[in-house]
Amino acid sequence: MVRALALSAALFAATPLLAKEGHEAVTTFTLDNGMDVVVIEDHRAPVVQHMVWYRAGSADEPVGSSGVAHFLEHLLFKGTDTLAPGEFSATVAANGGNDNAFTSYDYTAYFQRVAADRLELMMRMEADRMRNIRLSEEDILTERDVILEERNQRTENSPRALFGEQMSAAQYLNHRYGVPIIGWKHEMETLDMEDALSFYQTHYAPNNAILVVTGDVEPDEVKTLAEQYYGVIPANLDLPERVRSQEPPQSAERRLTFKDARVSQPYVQRSYLAPERDAGAQEKAAALFLLAELLGGSTTSFLNEKLQFEQQKVVYTGAFYRGVSLDDTTFDLLVVPAQGVSLQEAEEAMDQAVADFIAEGVNEEDLDRIKMQLRAAQTYARDNVDGIGNRYGRALTSGLTVEDVQAWPDILQAVTGDEIIAAAREVLQPEASVTGWLMRDDEVTQ
Amino acid sequence: MKRIFATLIAVVIALPAWAEIEIEEVTSPGGITAWLVEDHSIPFTALELRFRGGTSLDELGKRGAIYLMSGLIEEGAGDMDARTYARELESLAASFRYNASDDSVSISAQFLTENRDEVIDLLRTTIHEPRFDEDAVERVKAQILSGLRSDQTDPNDIAGRNFAQMAYGDHPYATEGKGTIESVSALNRDDVVTAYDNVFAKDRLYVGAVGDITPDELGALLDTLLVDLPEAGKPIPGRADVDIPGGVSVVEFETPQSVALFGHAGIDRDDPDFFAAFVLNHILGGGGFESRLMQEVREKRGLTYGVATYLVPKDLASVYLGSVSSANDRIAEAVEVIRDEWARAATEGVTQKELDDAKTYLTGAYPLRFDGNGPIAGIMVGMQMENLPIDYIATRNDKVSAVTLDEVNRVASELLDPEGLHFTVVGKPEGLETTN
Repeated sequence: MVRALALSAALFAATPLLAKEGHEAVTTFTLDNGMDVVVIEDHRAPVVQHMVWYRAGSADEPVGSSGVAHFLEHLLFKGTDTLAPGEFSATVAANGGNDNAFTSYDYTAYFQRVAADRLELMMRMEADRMRNIRLSEEDILTERDVILEERNQRTENSPRALFGEQMSAAQYLNHRYGVPIIGWKHEMETLDMEDALSFYQTHYAPNNAILVVTGDVEPDEVKTLAEQYYGVIPANLDLPERVRSQEPPQSAERRLTFKDARVSQPYVQRSYLAPERDAGAQEKAAALFLLAELLGGSTTSFLNEKLQFEQQKVVYTGAFYRGVSLDDTTFDLLVVPAQGVSLQEAEEAMDQAVADFIAEGVNEEDLDRIKMQLRAAQTYARDNVDGIGNRYGRALTSGLTVEDVQAWPDILQAVTGDEIIAAAREVLQPEASVTGWLMRDDEVTQ
Repeated sequence: MKRIFATLIAVVIALPAWAEIEIEEVTSPGGITAWLVEDHSIPFTALELRFRGGTSLDELGKRGAIYLMSGLIEEGAGDMDARTYARELESLAASFRYNASDDSVSISAQFLTENRDEVIDLLRTTIHEPRFDEDAVERVKAQILSGLRSDQTDPNDIAGRNFAQMAYGDHPYATEGKGTIESVSALNRDDVVTAYDNVFAKDRLYVGAVGDITPDELGALLDTLLVDLPEAGKPIPGRADVDIPGGVSVVEFETPQSVALFGHAGIDRDDPDFFAAFVLNHILGGGGFESRLMQEVREKRGLTYGVATYLVPKDLASVYLGSVSSANDRIAEAVEVIRDEWARAATEGVTQKELDDAKTYLTGAYPLRFDGNGPIAGIMVGMQMENLPIDYIATRNDKVSAVTLDEVNRVASELLDPEGLHFTVVGKPEGLETTN
């Protein structure tokens, strides 16, 4: 059944896949002030999605003010010189559109979905809040309460989310990815106007942004409008280089147990520090992507076959690799033990299965089946141009180029079984790993 | 999808040209009816099959059997065991997804044109010859039980279970379709087979198809897949008596943020006042940042990350629900503000400007829903199950626009019952206690 696999299916669907040349109408250009523009046409319905992505996320935050990137994202819905607080969203709604925004480690993005003939209005407002927000002390205090409640909802109320935070914090010894996107609670509580405006003035500028427009638009029309609204904003010549403290060689295997009375289904999670997709050098990442598919991407994946079907020790297995990332990412394994099977036993079975996989080598039929599905996914992806737009936005804020995005499907198809095994041997090293047990409060560790 | 838009929009730019999705009713040689939107721009088809009844058809004492059965459909069919079946499906690069809800069991399929016949053969075998092997039954049961154990300590799930139990008496809606740990543990293969027989029949089938397929091709496909199904399944239960007493019930749970589910009786989808209620809900709590509740609870007071209300017109009962979550020391204030807003809307109604803004949004945003072959197929099946006419999409915005201020305010005074609103609060809420 697929229900238990919803998470891996979602990750699978979100991974970059491109149609063949000519099928996907992508146009890219750069404005004079350095703002990149991506246009993806789909003329089936007179609807457009307008997005602006900033190359600024939680990993770009100053020390001590974790959560400020996300806090600022909320504050951009307050006023500007010409828009009253809340007027931005109210105007989008009054035009029959939806709007929202999201923040991650490497980017912050704002979007509206609206009738195609309202694109100009969206650009005018989005360009306005790139440079002209005006905040009151009351905005700061009220919205800070909102993000604290958001943290309550997403994290404090969820032992799994709290466990995930501890896993990341243990994985990254020196990189900012070890700090949660939403922020540590004690630092969120101190965020103020100065923190928000400082982040805004440093990072929000056209030469640090990517405009992504998808839907019923002509590239020429987008270019004219983009030049009119975004092109007139001066580049920030003091834009800092995105230098984050990097990971040293990791030489000590880490283990943690997270206990919480609210846990009713214990599980084992393992993460390994792993290389991300790099511009012009995506081959190893492609091998890791396919490794995740082969190990834990579907019903027929290796871990599932061994641990669920044959040994019947687990009720769920998964393997995940998030290749689109500016700096070192992780490769993750997850097993949920069956009733009566201890976490220790489940972990040992998982390790044995991974070792067997590496020893046996890749089954070529399995690899071919995955590659066939990846090719088909390029066809299905054309039904969702907004998804294609998101793919470009994530890639371009994570150090990749348009060429990298477009080369990725062919790179995936060219990966061999030997390359996958070599990547597995290189990355699945205990010294660079964290093993976590999510446990009930009363559970004994051994 | 919407291939005629491009030409229409140039001609009638001011009108909701985008609502002109061209739906065709197709009846197969064997007598199966489906709604089709033909669009050949991408070489694949989305097919939605829905069987009315859903988990409400569970036999007495067998709660969770239909949900379990819907998870087992893909665990082997014909001469293929679960693993062989999964390999076969993956090698065709098609996807079949199954969902069992209170009112229906659905199969959502997506397949390429290039191997459509093979995929449909596999789907036919899936629907007609599921194996329900003993080992698969045990494996999927274990997965479901694992999920149920997680749900036991999830505040949102706890709230949902408690609220439903209070609202629906001894109707199937009162308990979760997934079943309980006790009921699912006791299910066996015979229960799964009975569940299968109860659900899949032609008298409750609704079909939508969108994409690269002609009416003739669809007709043949429908007969291959469906014509051999039995004529009738298990009778659908009667309506539920909704009984929601006003007040508060607190479910003690050690967690920092309280989760509240609130609501009272609602309004049926075919009630003449439904559109007025729909617009009212948008203004009160349905629509994003602009709703009164979002403004009052979040934007002005910072009491929550999100508060929303929903009209929930199910087949056998209609309720009006909402949800909010706030830190344990702030939830009482959120509850008070919501009740006050409920009362204010009931007594004072909404303003002409709020009504106008809501209509602009609702009519403008309607076409944003039709954003892909799969979503359109699902919407078309929903329309059929609600007995809406095939030209409904073109007339729906007119119905929204026709709602008057008098109507929406009359419906507000009739529907909204601040004293009758019940809040089920899960957490350690300060200043809230179970009433009556």
